[in-house]
Amino acid sequence: MASTEIARQAGEGVRAVPLAGHVGFDSMPDQLVNKSVNRGFCFNILCVGETGLGKSTLMDTLFNTKFEGEPTQHNQPGVTLKSNTYELQESNVRLKLTVVNTVGFGDQINKEDSYKSIVEFIDAQFEAYLQEELKIKRTLHSYHDTRIHACLYFIAPTGHSLKSLDLVTMKKLDSKVNIIPIVAKSDAISKSELAKFKIKITSELVSNGVQIYQFPTDDESVAEINSTMNSHLPFAVVGSTEEVKIGNKMVKARQYPWGTVQVENENHCDFVKLREMLIRVNMEDLREQTHTRHYELYRRCKLEEMGFKDTDPDSKPFSLQETYEAKRNEFMGELQKKEEEMRQMFVQRVKEKEAELKEAEKELHEKFDRLKKLHQDEKKKLEEKKKSLDDEVNTFKQKKTAAELLQNQAQQAGGSTTLKRDKERKN
Amino acid sequence: MGQQKNLDGYVGFASLPNQVYRKSVKRGFEFTLMVVGESGLGKSTLINSLFLTDLYSAEYPGPSHRIKKTVQVEQSKVLIKEGGVQLLLTIVDTPGFGDAVDNSNCWQPIIDHIDSKFEDYLNSESRVNRRQMPDSRIHCCLYFIAPSGHGLKPLDIEFMKRLHEKVNVIPLIAKADTLTPEECQQFKKQIMREIQEHKIKIYEFPETDDEEENRLVKKIKDKLPLAVVGSNTIIEVNGKRVRGRQYPWGVAEVENSDHCDFTILRDMLIRTHMQDLKDVTNNVHYENYRSRKLAAVTYNGVDNNKAKGQLSTKSPLAQMEEERREHVTKMKKMEMEMEQVFEMKVKEKVQKLKDSEAELQRRHEQMKKNLEAQHKELEEKRRVFEDERSNWELQQRLEQQKMEASRTLEKNKKKGKIF
Repeated sequence: MASTEIARQAGEGVRAVPLAGHVGFDSMPDQLVNKSVNRGFCFNILCVGETGLGKSTLMDTLFNTKFEGEPTQHNQPGVTLKSNTYELQESNVRLKLTVVNTVGFGDQINKEDSYKSIVEFIDAQFEAYLQEELKIKRTLHSYHDTRIHACLYFIAPTGHSLKSLDLVTMKKLDSKVNIIPIVAKSDAISKSELAKFKIKITSELVSNGVQIYQFPTDDESVAEINSTMNSHLPFAVVGSTEEVKIGNKMVKARQYPWGTVQVENENHCDFVKLREMLIRVNMEDLREQTHTRHYELYRRCKLEEMGFKDTDPDSKPFSLQETYEAKRNEFMGELQKKEEEMRQMFVQRVKEKEAELKEAEKELHEKFDRLKKLHQDEKKKLEEKKKSLDDEVNTFKQKKTAAELLQNQAQQAGGSTTLKRDKERKN
Repeated sequence: MGQQKNLDGYVGFASLPNQVYRKSVKRGFEFTLMVVGESGLGKSTLINSLFLTDLYSAEYPGPSHRIKKTVQVEQSKVLIKEGGVQLLLTIVDTPGFGDAVDNSNCWQPIIDHIDSKFEDYLNSESRVNRRQMPDSRIHCCLYFIAPSGHGLKPLDIEFMKRLHEKVNVIPLIAKADTLTPEECQQFKKQIMREIQEHKIKIYEFPETDDEEENRLVKKIKDKLPLAVVGSNTIIEVNGKRVRGRQYPWGVAEVENSDHCDFTILRDMLIRTHMQDLKDVTNNVHYENYRSRKLAAVTYNGVDNNKAKGQLSTKSPLAQMEEERREHVTKMKKMEMEMEQVFEMKVKEKVQKLKDSEAELQRRHEQMKKNLEAQHKELEEKRRVFEDERSNWELQQRLEQQKMEASRTLEKNKKKGKIF
């Protein structure tokens, strides 16, 4: 029996022992299956393609039901993604199917940013899962997975080659999602043109390095059918929910004056192949690839962006705690440094302002010191003036006193003379 | 959440279970089983009986033959195949458990082992570059109770209490062929009573929607804890070859449900609930370990006011992002406050300076006025003085003139000029 992945992982040192009877662990796959049936399954399809290529009709045809939606107009200003979730059941299997449609794809004059909203949407689903996975208290086993498991890329049936919008978009999406390219409304192309068209498309994809989803060939039970189908890509499909009577059966078909295109006739189109591959054989693998390849790539890039890295790829065990703690310390250190810087800046400003004000104060005092000095000088002058006046007054007073004294003497002498005269007169 | 839709025909996703089946067989299965109990309780024999193989043999002796001075935790891996299904079985045993005179903390190496397996898983899950992760976590722990017939020993209670939140514990009554059915019944009742009394959470079978299954589950629950007998020897009984233990008074058959609960254990452990044991380990025990471990990291250095004993449901990255935002707000606030304080202080100082300037100005004005007043006074004084002086001088001159005149008159009189 071929070696399982687990056995390979276990390595050489494990001994294989024979069993002496039926133990019963061969029920393990059933136990696992029962649990997943109880939990229910989940699948998310993204339909990318220009308006009018029959995306909604094809979904309806694939799942034998009428999903939401009105056909969209061509006047959308940009590309938006509309997502609808449905609960389907077939025998005991419950499927939560989400169909995401690109509305307005290819309708704008400038289509440069068309792929952006699609990439953003896909990334957003990865991000939501990553956030859940990183939570401290998380509930992954009951998480509703919204990641896109398959992207059906609708190619317009021009018969010539891929449009540059298609190449650009698919190139942007091939590392993020499983792309299954299909030729839409393929009843518009004749069989021979179709064969050439398929070859042209495949070679253009290869030469542009676009990685489309390959149906897996590693499991013997499905390897053969998958590898055959791989060679039929891209599938040329026709969708229809109308039924037409062919023989004594009602079949899904499109009726033209020149004949009826039967959807489920493998000579008419590859619808059956698409259904077989997408739903009946590889649905689980599409889901698994999304989780183990595309999601892991997104996660790795995101974590590396944030600065996380494994200490040593293989030998030493990587400790998330240590990294978180180291990151956290670094982060806290940064914050503290910022805080410190701000404080320092303020201290600096305060210093500068203080120096400024001190300078102003100094100037003020100097100004007043000068004024004071002037004042002192003035005062001194005044004092001098006062003094000189006083001196003058004193001098004058002295002079006056002296003069008065003289006068008195003179008067007395004169008075006596006058008296003498008077006396003489009287005599 | 989604809209219910009816299908108008066969779509084909009913094959999903087959797809899952196929992939799981391709991947293979793994299971880790731990056996714990004193030596001599038939642990190795039971494992050999359960898996119908000589996992333990002379070449690979069981734990009772490998007793060391201290409790060891050792594991043996075997690869077994059946019906196209490969199972990597790891048996972890604990030689030395409960065999010492002082058995305090003999459970610690076991707890450490379980935690280290959780730690390994957490680390590989947390790598940036992840690969398909091997799951070496302990999915189930069979705990062997000695068939004393009385009740649980203190060691049994202590062990189960410490491990029931880390691993799925399935208690078993070992060597059940030493108890009569009645003794066994009593023993079981007593044990379950004590388990409930000590609030020990042993592994519980999950509820299903299926009536049939629920009835089976109820039947099993009534027989807990399971009383088992193991054997490495095949004996012929009534023409059939069966595993059993030969006594002079008869053969105790391992797979006879009248003799012991071995088949119930085997069916439950291997045939019906192996996957559930793994799921509970992954979704409950591991998640508990992980959230406790990560919460410890996040709360390092965070305000104790925030910790409040509640585990955050945010991822540590989101937590850091939030802390960053909080810090930015805090910084802005701090900056604003500092700015305000700064402005206020500047205003104060500028005002002070202004006041001081005004004061000095005032004083200067005052002094100037003073001086001017004095000037004026002086001027006035001088004017008065000068007036006085000039008056006096005038007067003097007048007097002088008068005197000169009178002298002249006298002279003239004398000279006879005037009468």
